[in-house]
Amino acid sequence: MKVTFPHMGNLYIPLRALFENLGLTVIVPPKSSKRTLTLGTRNSPEFACLPLKVNVGNFIEAFELGADAVVMAGGVGPCRFGYYGEVEREILEDLGYNFEMFIIEPPQGRFREVLHELGRLVGRVTASQVIHAVRIAWEKLSSVEALERLAAKVRARELQKGSVTKALAQALKDIDKAETLGEIRTARLDGLSTISGVPQREDYTPLRVGIVGEIYVVLEPFVNLDVERELGEMGVEVERSIYLGDWIGLHVIKDMLRFGRGSLKRVKRLASPYLQHFVGGHGIESVGHSVEYARKGFDGVVHLAPFTCMPEIVAESILPRVSKDLDIPIMSLIFDEHSADTGVVTRLEAFVDLISRRRSRLGNLGKDTGDVSYAGLYRR
Amino acid sequence: MGVTVGVPRALLYYLYYPMWHTFFEELGAGVVVSKATNKRILDLGVKATVDEACLPVKVFHGHVLDLAEDGDVDFIFIPRIVSTERRAYICPKFMGLPDMVRNNIRPLPPILDTCIDLSKGDAGYWRAIFDLGRQLGARPSRVRKAYNLAVSRLKEFDRALEAGRLPDEAMHSMGLETGIVTGTGTRGAGAGSPAPQNGLPQDSLLRGGRAEAEAAAGGDGDGLSIAVLGHPYNTYDNYISMSIIPRLRDMGVRVVTAEMIPEEITEAASQRLRKRLFWTLGRRLLGAALHFIENGGIDGCLYVSSFGCGPDSLVGELIERRVKREGAFPFMMVTIDEQTGEAGVVTRLEAFVDMIRRGRAV
Repeated sequence: MKVTFPHMGNLYIPLRALFENLGLTVIVPPKSSKRTLTLGTRNSPEFACLPLKVNVGNFIEAFELGADAVVMAGGVGPCRFGYYGEVEREILEDLGYNFEMFIIEPPQGRFREVLHELGRLVGRVTASQVIHAVRIAWEKLSSVEALERLAAKVRARELQKGSVTKALAQALKDIDKAETLGEIRTARLDGLSTISGVPQREDYTPLRVGIVGEIYVVLEPFVNLDVERELGEMGVEVERSIYLGDWIGLHVIKDMLRFGRGSLKRVKRLASPYLQHFVGGHGIESVGHSVEYARKGFDGVVHLAPFTCMPEIVAESILPRVSKDLDIPIMSLIFDEHSADTGVVTRLEAFVDLISRRRSRLGNLGKDTGDVSYAGLYRR
Repeated sequence: MGVTVGVPRALLYYLYYPMWHTFFEELGAGVVVSKATNKRILDLGVKATVDEACLPVKVFHGHVLDLAEDGDVDFIFIPRIVSTERRAYICPKFMGLPDMVRNNIRPLPPILDTCIDLSKGDAGYWRAIFDLGRQLGARPSRVRKAYNLAVSRLKEFDRALEAGRLPDEAMHSMGLETGIVTGTGTRGAGAGSPAPQNGLPQDSLLRGGRAEAEAAAGGDGDGLSIAVLGHPYNTYDNYISMSIIPRLRDMGVRVVTAEMIPEEITEAASQRLRKRLFWTLGRRLLGAALHFIENGGIDGCLYVSSFGCGPDSLVGELIERRVKREGAFPFMMVTIDEQTGEAGVVTRLEAFVDMIRRGRAV
């Protein structure tokens, strides 16, 4: 059995480690590309949201490399994602592929089904093997995200465009290759020091932009047309509201141990003047985090969502009010298979232009006014 | 007492209005329903919402604005209907509906709002009902009585639907004046100008088709039956659906909808899915389709989906794949949005019916 799974940003690094350490043969789908999207779009429902289409493309490309088992996450609604696995199974079966599908449903307090599905997937393994695999995967995940966080900060200050992105790519490669906990830690430290060692501009206070939105689009650069890097290379420091580690902590650990709910509660409280109920997916988080970024004095918020995403449409309807009330520019970017990077880059440039003018108008940073930010913007 | 509650003629109106009407009236409030959807309402809704919102949500906003403009209502009823049963939801947009309206439309008359969420059991349900009554100044004992009566009216309504009536017909027969005659049923006609469309008498479109009586009694002529599946607020709103149901009836077709199949049957059929669907309305539609695939009884199936509807994108797909796999019956998916031209839909509808008739003649 050769196992594959869908791409979501750099998630393949911890997932590969997890499954390989459980004794499975893993086939990571080729990096999502135009071809992936074409295959997915051709074979998926027209109005399904974009992640499903890219998933289908990933699976087809993995099958071409010999994969014959798919691991997918489930869900309990109301967001469509919870039913993705079932629909994807039907699509792939109708295409004539021969494969097994493993859908891991959230436990919701009961573990039997989850353990059963996992048991079906990995066969007989010892407890210590499982613990080891999880530790390695977790270490890789937290390392990947520590590197991503640092890169988003440093990229805004890099002297030579692209140097941080290059350093990050190398560090991720090293993390992916590392096998033991020790090797992972070394790779992480090496990566962190390479990224922070990139030549940087002194005396530069970059604009700060928060990224909120639907998790898949936020985490997958292929789908969001590399928004994080584009903004960074315009001299903007980017903080994204969603990191997988947090997300797993919230949704998996929370469900299991009923703990770690603090941050979700805080986000809900922040969102409550505008949105008083959970709406599935990350809708309420998008609103709550936008409020948080406004309070923290960020210069702007970029909201990302796949076209027709139900929870994010609710958020998108509400964000203009947040923007007005809290005086923070917020731009929603909606992605589908037709999104083109020129259009997105143009909008990002206009947005950065707007927030840098706003900052120089507010003059709230003393001598570090818009001029500096302009320099950052037109560096491209 | 002079409190008047405005109810937007949109979304769950088509499934619950008799209940709401009775409840409010029993509490001594007057009830006003917005006009039938027309171009103006649609335009108002489109203007008030973000582009990405689905057609029925846009239309809902239009109805809220229609009520607000009339100025005769003290409250607009916009409940947050999260879930009407365990482990299932209506749709994320319903969960954020009052928030969307509050943020999209200002100024706005006070919203009569309560949160109905049965997804984790019925704890808190009565509190939500009492809360609603309190906003109208009614005491719990009176609220309970009004609620019980409202539920029995709803059951009566559901039975009328199962007997093959459309919501408007069922409400009419229950003596609920739906005021449907004040609007124009089709697109293309400007608000309030009841011009005949494509040779169809306007009255026939509004009243649900001239073959209504025969159709309800089992169809006339060749007894062709076509299932029209879709979210009730799309299929039954003649402006949104471009009168698909009355048009079919005028072609002598007996129309069956998911609401005409008893819920136990659709529920049992939907259990053939590997994983239970977590959208209540979607499960009903899928259950109805699976029931038809298994038991026949229809000659074709039309799925009315609105552009940008999340559940439709997957439910429609699952139904289409199953129908095709089984070769069960002709199937057509019609996707509608705020700009669909009427002629295109009419042509497809006629071609679909012709094709089925020809297939039967061979």
